[in-house]
Amino acid sequence: MEFLYNLLIDPFVQMVELPDFFLQVLWEGFVSGVLYALIALGFVLIFKASGVFNFAQGIMVVFAALSLVGLYALGMPAYIALIATIAIMGILAVAVQKTIFHHLVNQPDIILLMATIGLTYFLIGFGEFVFGGDPKVMITEELGLPTGSTAFDVLGGLVILQHIDIAAAVIAIIMVTALAIFFNKTRIGRALRAVADDHQAALSVGISLDQIWIIVWFAAGIVALATGIMWGARSDVSFALEIIAFKALPVLILGGFTSIPGAIVGGLIIGIGEKIGEIYWGPLVGGGIESWLAYVIALIFLLFRPQGLFGEKIIERV
Amino acid sequence: MSAVETVADETAAQVAQDPILSVNNIEVIYDHVILVLKGVSLTVPEGGIVALLGANGAGKTTTLKAVSNLLGAERGDVTKGSIIFKGEEVQSLSPNDLVRRGCIQVMEGRHCFGHLTVEENLLTGAYTRRDGWGAIQTDLEMVYTYFPRLKERRSSLAGYTSGGEQQMCAIGRALMSKPTMILLDEPSMGLAPQLVEEIFEIVKRLNENERVSFLLAEQNTNMALKYARYGYILENGRVVMDGEASDLRENEDVKEFYLGVGGGERRSFRDVKSYRRRKRWLS
Repeated sequence: MEFLYNLLIDPFVQMVELPDFFLQVLWEGFVSGVLYALIALGFVLIFKASGVFNFAQGIMVVFAALSLVGLYALGMPAYIALIATIAIMGILAVAVQKTIFHHLVNQPDIILLMATIGLTYFLIGFGEFVFGGDPKVMITEELGLPTGSTAFDVLGGLVILQHIDIAAAVIAIIMVTALAIFFNKTRIGRALRAVADDHQAALSVGISLDQIWIIVWFAAGIVALATGIMWGARSDVSFALEIIAFKALPVLILGGFTSIPGAIVGGLIIGIGEKIGEIYWGPLVGGGIESWLAYVIALIFLLFRPQGLFGEKIIERV
Repeated sequence: MSAVETVADETAAQVAQDPILSVNNIEVIYDHVILVLKGVSLTVPEGGIVALLGANGAGKTTTLKAVSNLLGAERGDVTKGSIIFKGEEVQSLSPNDLVRRGCIQVMEGRHCFGHLTVEENLLTGAYTRRDGWGAIQTDLEMVYTYFPRLKERRSSLAGYTSGGEQQMCAIGRALMSKPTMILLDEPSMGLAPQLVEEIFEIVKRLNENERVSFLLAEQNTNMALKYARYGYILENGRVVMDGEASDLRENEDVKEFYLGVGGGERRSFRDVKSYRRRKRWLS
């Protein structure tokens, strides 16, 4: 009886009794949700355009953040370092396409996946060789990102918002809007969607797959950089960050591998669900459910809606 | 040499003088082992419609893809011979270079972009163009005048349109690249006879009004020979016969094997088979 009470009633009682705390939990969940969404976005971009599940997206986040910090440590001004890092992500995109994926056109998906795993370990080794293995501090202030926090009086309590979190949310929203416009309104965006639909037909109308894939890898690189800055600002920049990429998996399953809105909504559901689950239901099983709850949610989704919430409709004419 | 022959030679030389496309004895190998084309030669004169006929697996699609360079993505390779488009060897060019030079393929099975609207599909055809939005809009209107049905369905997803509309969409998309030569693969596939006729009529009009040359791969021999001026018949990766469309239509072998109307009295299947064997041995 008591267990059922704790499971079904007590958490909601707590939520109502301490609404300010509940709001705080929601906000925390929202922020990590935004960051999950950003990582998932990087996956979606590449998967949509080339059908490659890019295992290396996580390490690209680390690599971008390390480059930024490393270049700053070399004495570059923060903004120049930022631009140089974007250039590095561009070079990485060209290199990946020219040396790996150009030669693997029309290979089975599993081979492409293996190639990205190879790329992951190459980037880990190369990153450690260049930047060293120890954690670094993100240059948050130097980039002009806000620090500090504001406390709001709401519902008879305090809700504290970190400025960096607000900035993360704003930047994520800007990026997603920009990508949506890019995909739907521009010539290249149209070509990207065409390639996603049918490689052969895209080739036949003169769209260069190499060019399109370089563009998506570059876009995914920029998304990785933004994610790296935001995650780095919350903890520090180290190779351990790479595992957050796996958090993108449940997000993708939830939202659908091919959908940008799906990545966002999926990210938010996972982020918020995880936090609320941890705070209110975690104590029941002794805590620590944050690390696996997302996968359980994803599993349930796989059983009932394998294409995800916003997965592309499979058009089949009869 | 008699005078008559000399005159005939000269006219032949004139026709052959300026082909927009000439394929010279090409051999295509898939996956380094499977020999699909065993020496195919053909020419398409500027402003002509040439039909490439033959049964399933004869090598029609492979020939077209060898020209448009879409073979690479299928692990196919042109190992011998040459392909000359507008006086330039094109084997080493990418499909996108070829589209820029005015040669575009409409693939078998239409291959519209299902999740793009009809209009977006058409616009992807203009991907290689650099002559500005105004010119592209003009051509979009031009495509809509040839295919009024596409205008009605411009904002529906191509994946939800009918087979005929998708075929029109695929041809319209190719037109948006301002081609001088379209490689049209099996436009009649899976369409009602009436629609096939409609599409061939449009091909004819495009050929006359826009001066687009066509190389047309078809299994519907009857229809193809009605609209084409010249035809090649492929069998097992070789050209076994070629000639003016009108001559081919009258040819007894073509009638028997491809048009389904037996010449003269009916022969038993047994005879046909041995006849075919003999012919192949001869060729």
